Amino acid sequence: MSEDHDHHHHHDHSHLDDTALRVRSLETVLTEKGYIDPEALNRLIDTYENQVGPKNGAAVVARAWVDEEYRQWLLKDATAAIASLDFSGRQGEHMVVVENTPQEHNMVVCTLCSCYPWPVLGLPPSWYKSAPYRSRVVIDPSSVLAEFNVTLPEGTRITVWDSTAEVRYLVLPMRPAGTDQLSGAKLAELVTRDSMIGTGLPLSPAALGKDDSHKNRSSTNAPNSQP
Amino acid sequence: MTAKENSSRNDKALNAIDSIPRNESGPIFNEPWEAEAFAMTLALYEKGLFTWPEWAAVLSEEINRAQATGDPDLGDTYYRHWLSALERIVIKQGVTNAEHLGQLYDDWNHAAHTTPHGEPIVLSRDKSD
Repeated sequence: MSEDHDHHHHHDHSHLDDTALRVRSLETVLTEKGYIDPEALNRLIDTYENQVGPKNGAAVVARAWVDEEYRQWLLKDATAAIASLDFSGRQGEHMVVVENTPQEHNMVVCTLCSCYPWPVLGLPPSWYKSAPYRSRVVIDPSSVLAEFNVTLPEGTRITVWDSTAEVRYLVLPMRPAGTDQLSGAKLAELVTRDSMIGTGLPLSPAALGKDDSHKNRSSTNAPNSQP
Repeated sequence: MTAKENSSRNDKALNAIDSIPRNESGPIFNEPWEAEAFAMTLALYEKGLFTWPEWAAVLSEEINRAQATGDPDLGDTYYRHWLSALERIVIKQGVTNAEHLGQLYDDWNHAAHTTPHGEPIVLSRDKSD
């Protein structure tokens, strides 16, 4: 399959690949028979999040904050700009970076399954895969944001991007105030996973150096993910 | 479930199955579904569906079979063999049969194809029974 073809291919219906179908089928039958509890399974998978971790994505964001030329490249051709830092997926997913501004806030979802920019963000959190998040973020993004304790200034437009097997989105959050003196590595520590999905904002410099509890805050405050 | 408990569960799996790709802090996954397949296996082991030596035997059969049919086995296909082994052991232990698994595969495929993009794919109750 040529890359060109992939990028212009238009789907009016959804598609799951062979591996995804096999994994889902097993999950379905094992859940039906009571061998696995999807919630417990998600909690177990969550413990691997830091393995792949969102560190790659944080490095991309921090670089864009300090390097204007890189920022423009990232917004124009994210696939190449991210690959230049050696963070590309093995299937060559097409990456698109969407930038938050004072006027516009971006959020990412995969309404049909759980397509996720894992080469830069690691494993998706369980709430990202939950049906309530997938369906509600499109209909009522501001109430979903409220559940993540995010309040945007009055009048901010919210745009929701729906990932597919071919196109994965990454949010470029706004650089927090008071960070002019910080190095790239320190800046990257401010960039949370959720801020790159759009369900959170970057940490303020004052939050650095405190305990690590903020890192997992969103996992426990996830929107109602009960079926 | 604390992270500590989970990591001790991982250690047991890692000690029992030498071939699991890992680094100093635990197993490594290249793609999210690999972690899902790994986590399902851990859950089934804890339910007593098989022992680690039994799992290792089925997994190594799958790996050998793939090698025999030309898989270069460079590590990137490891969890494909893992998934095949999981399907086999689940059938072998009588949890389900190949027909039912195949039916679910078709149902999910059908659900995906009939779901307009932008809506969550769900398997309707009446179809999965």
